[in-house]
Parts: sequence; C-alpha cells; structure tokens
Amino acid sequence: MDAATIATWMHGIDVVMREEKDHLVQLDAAIGDGDHGTNMTRGFEAVVQALDADSSSPPGKLLILAGRTLVGTVGGASGPLWGSALRSGGRVLGDQPTFEDMQLVEVLAAALASVKDLGTASVGDKTMVDALEPAVETLRARLSGGASVADALGDAGDAAEAGMRSTIPLQARKGRASYLGERSIGHQDPGATSTALIIRALQRAVAQAS
Amino acid sequence: MAVETTHMRKFLNEPAKVVKESLAGLAAAHPDLVRYDAAAQIIVRRDAPRKGKVALISGGGSGHEPLHGGFVGLGMLDAACPGEVFTSPVPAQMLAATKAVDGGAGVVHIVKNYTGDVLNFKLAAEDAADEGIKVTSVVIDDDVAVQDSLYTAGRRGVGATVLAEKIAGAAAEGGADLAKVTDIVKRVNDRARSFGVALSSCVPPASGKPIFDLPEGQIELGIGIHGEPGRKRATLGHAAEIVDVMVEAVISDLKPRSGAKVLAFVNGMGGTPLLELYLLYGEVDKKLRAAGVEPARNLVGSYITSLEMAGASLTVLELDEELSKLWDAPVHTPALRWGA
Repeated sequence: MDAATIATWMHGIDVVMREEKDHLVQLDAAIGDGDHGTNMTRGFEAVVQALDADSSSPPGKLLILAGRTLVGTVGGASGPLWGSALRSGGRVLGDQPTFEDMQLVEVLAAALASVKDLGTASVGDKTMVDALEPAVETLRARLSGGASVADALGDAGDAAEAGMRSTIPLQARKGRASYLGERSIGHQDPGATSTALIIRALQRAVAQAS
Repeated sequence: MAVETTHMRKFLNEPAKVVKESLAGLAAAHPDLVRYDAAAQIIVRRDAPRKGKVALISGGGSGHEPLHGGFVGLGMLDAACPGEVFTSPVPAQMLAATKAVDGGAGVVHIVKNYTGDVLNFKLAAEDAADEGIKVTSVVIDDDVAVQDSLYTAGRRGVGATVLAEKIAGAAAEGGADLAKVTDIVKRVNDRARSFGVALSSCVPPASGKPIFDLPEGQIELGIGIHGEPGRKRATLGHAAEIVDVMVEAVISDLKPRSGAKVLAFVNGMGGTPLLELYLLYGEVDKKLRAAGVEPARNLVGSYITSLEMAGASLTVLELDEELSKLWDAPVHTPALRWGA
C-alpha cells in the first residue's frame, strides 16, 4: 500500500459522505443538532482538494495533510477528532513510501488512541469509538491470524457496522446527545455511522490497490 | 431571491454563504465599532489591539445572534469567532482572533461547554501558547437542565455567557489584569444558572428542515441553544406555570442567599416577541421576590438565540457589589449599549 491507497481512501470517503449526507443529518437531528452530514461533507471535500494538489508526498504525510485539513475546515467535534485521528495515524508512517498490512493496523490504532484521548470516550458511550474500536481490534486479530488484508478489512467493516448498530439501545454519555439523557436511547449514533462508512471506504481503497 | 422549502422561508442568497454574508452585513452596519476579517472569518473590535488591555474573545456556532459578534466593542468582547450554523469555529479562527486582539496583557477565551467548542478552543489555545501569547480559558456551563455527571458531556453554556462577556469585558476595560478578568468570568459562571423552554423547533439554513417536530399543545423543557430537543416534553400551560418550572429549576440549583440581589435575564430564543418576553419577566420578577431574592438588575430581550425558535430561557446571576458595578459600567457594542 502507498500514497495512492490513501488518496483513493480519502476520495472514497468524500463520495460516500456526499451520498450519505442526508442520512447523517437525519441521525444527528434526532439526538444532536443536525449538522454532522454537512460538516463531514465540507471536511472531506476540502481534504480531496488538498490531496489533489499534492502528488509527491508519502502516505503518512498525506494522512497528516488530511487531518490538518479536517481540523481547519470542519469545526464541531468531528473536525478535531477525525483531524487528530488522521494526523496521529500519519505520524506512524513517517516518511516511508509504502506500508505493510500490520502497519495499517498501527495507523488505525494510533487514530483510535487519539480519538479516545481527546474525546475521553470509551466503548459504550454512544460515540464514534463504538465503531472504530471493534474495527481496529478485528483487523488486528484477523491479520495476526493470517487472513488476507482484504478479508481482514471486510471483517473490520462488519465489526464497525455491528458497533454502529450497537449504539441504538445505548444512552449517550459523551457529546451533544448526552444532553438528552434517556431520550438518546433508540437512536443510532451519527458519529459511529460515519466511522463505519470510513472503514468501508478503506476496505474498498485497499481492494482497489491490490 | 429568498430560499423556500416546505419547512423554510428565509432571506438567503446561497444557504452555504449565510454566515459570511451576515458577518459582512454586521460590519457594514457598525463600522464605528467592529471590522470583519473575511479571510479569517472573525469580527474584531475596530480599535484592537489595545495596548496593555486584557482582551476577551469568544466564539461558537452561528445561529445564536447577536451572540457573539454583536457583543464586540467597548466594554465587552475584543473579537468573536463565528462558526457555521450550530457548528463550532475552527482553531485557525480563534488563533487569528487571539493574535489580532492581544495587546500584550493576555487574552481570555470564553468557551461555551459543548464538545466541539471545547476541543477547537483547546487546540487554538495550545497554538497561541506556542506563539508566546498568554491565554486563559474559562468554560461556561450554567444550564441546569443537564445533569452534571459522568454520564453527560457536562452542563451546556447558555445565558451566563452573555453576562460573563459583559461583566468581564467591563473589568478588562477598567484595567484589570489577566488573572482578575479570568476570575470574574469564573465567578459569573459559578453564580449563574439557566433553564430554557421551547415552543417550536428551528430550521438550519443548510438542511432546510426543522430539527425536531413538536406536536400541537406540547413544549420542550430543558432545551439548549442548538434546536436540540430538551430533556422532556410537557403540555403547554399558562405562562405563569411555565415560569414556575423555570424559576424552581434555577433557584433550587443556585441556592442564593436569602435576600440576595440577583440579575434576572429573560432571553428570547429568536421567535418569541418582546410582548411575551416582558410578560414572562413580570412573572419571573414576582416569583423571584416570593422566593426571597431581589431582582436588582435585569436584561430582557433576544441575546442568545436558536435561529427562529420560539421559546425563552431564564438566567439568574447572584450579584455582589463588584459584579453589579461592572454590569452597570458603560458598554457600546452592536447589540448592547448603555452609558457610552
């Protein structure tokens, strides 16, 4: 995997965020303030523009550029959270021109660690962590067990979606949905939903690269 | 051309440009008070930076006008950082504002307690510190409708924000140092409590749809300022009954000294006329006196809004002599002016 994999991933996220924008807005309107789809779309449009203007950077640097762009354009909570996540992930790769399967795990693990640190959220709080953490753990376990990266990412995407659905019966304990108390129960978390979309986009980008 | 959907009839050119175009209009209306830096998307006091004066900045999502841009000027804020509608601004805006207003005495960031605002201001404060600017941050969290516990993101920052900006702004104008101004913001936050009620939802321009549906005859109790639903629904009763709920929620949490002087702030959410706000104030005044406190100061009007939401919030601030004096001090901003 290389810089093109990252660029394809980011382009894929941009496309899927636009497709799912209204759905994310609806989910967020139910338990937040209805801007998640708009914010993620604005952010990844800017990421794609920034990456298209950069044809020479290695994959780690592209992730850092994407993260910086999200911090600079999204606002809300998802800007700093995904921005820090991609920057932390990018730092794992340094200047290397290509990266191996297990390093992809380390990129995502660093991203997860920075989200949990900045957002002080854990699994079960009804946040993006509910989708991201099982995805990272599944990817690590399947690759360690000898699965191909394509299969492992497929399972990671399933785990992210299962985590996303697991947020429905939860009462939110972080973020704006927590203000609703018990009224947040019964709704799927928009941040976990966009996270599952981002993992699926990674799966497609890696499949395209191999 | 205005923009109309099934749910929305608003004066817009392009929905995506509503914030920028509104800020340009604010600056065009008040060139004596503020300037608009379009590249950084910040509203800055015209005469900033003022050498030796502690500067105050605040910011947050748009849709709460006149908060915060309408409070930039003499005796209040030095700059405001407006984000997209209901979305916190980005760190680059706060950094640009901090640099634009720093007169060497330090900058206070007044941050409403929302996850996005807190995270983006945190990143900006770190960047400012890297550039050698002294920054303190105070998070405002006065909304008693949110249980402050491990199970929420903490209480929201609502009406106390306006009071803190006015009172601390007066302290800074009077020459107080960074520690003192910071302390004043904290004191206002510590001694203020708020509770809001919605009679309707509101429609963000980008989505064109109301954030929630409120069936006929129902109201939302315990709302914030982003059109988010409240903690529960109730049947719409008389104004006096609704005020009972608001005063009880605020006073039982604030627990003011018996006989305390308080500032009572009856705030409209954007779609409720002054006719009703003064009616509410009359009820609030009576009930506060019955509860054993004296409404010695007040503010009535729509100052921290939620687009066109119909509704109101009550903020009660327990005063002392110093806070009263700072409240009375001159202020001259687009949205608040007396004594100057």
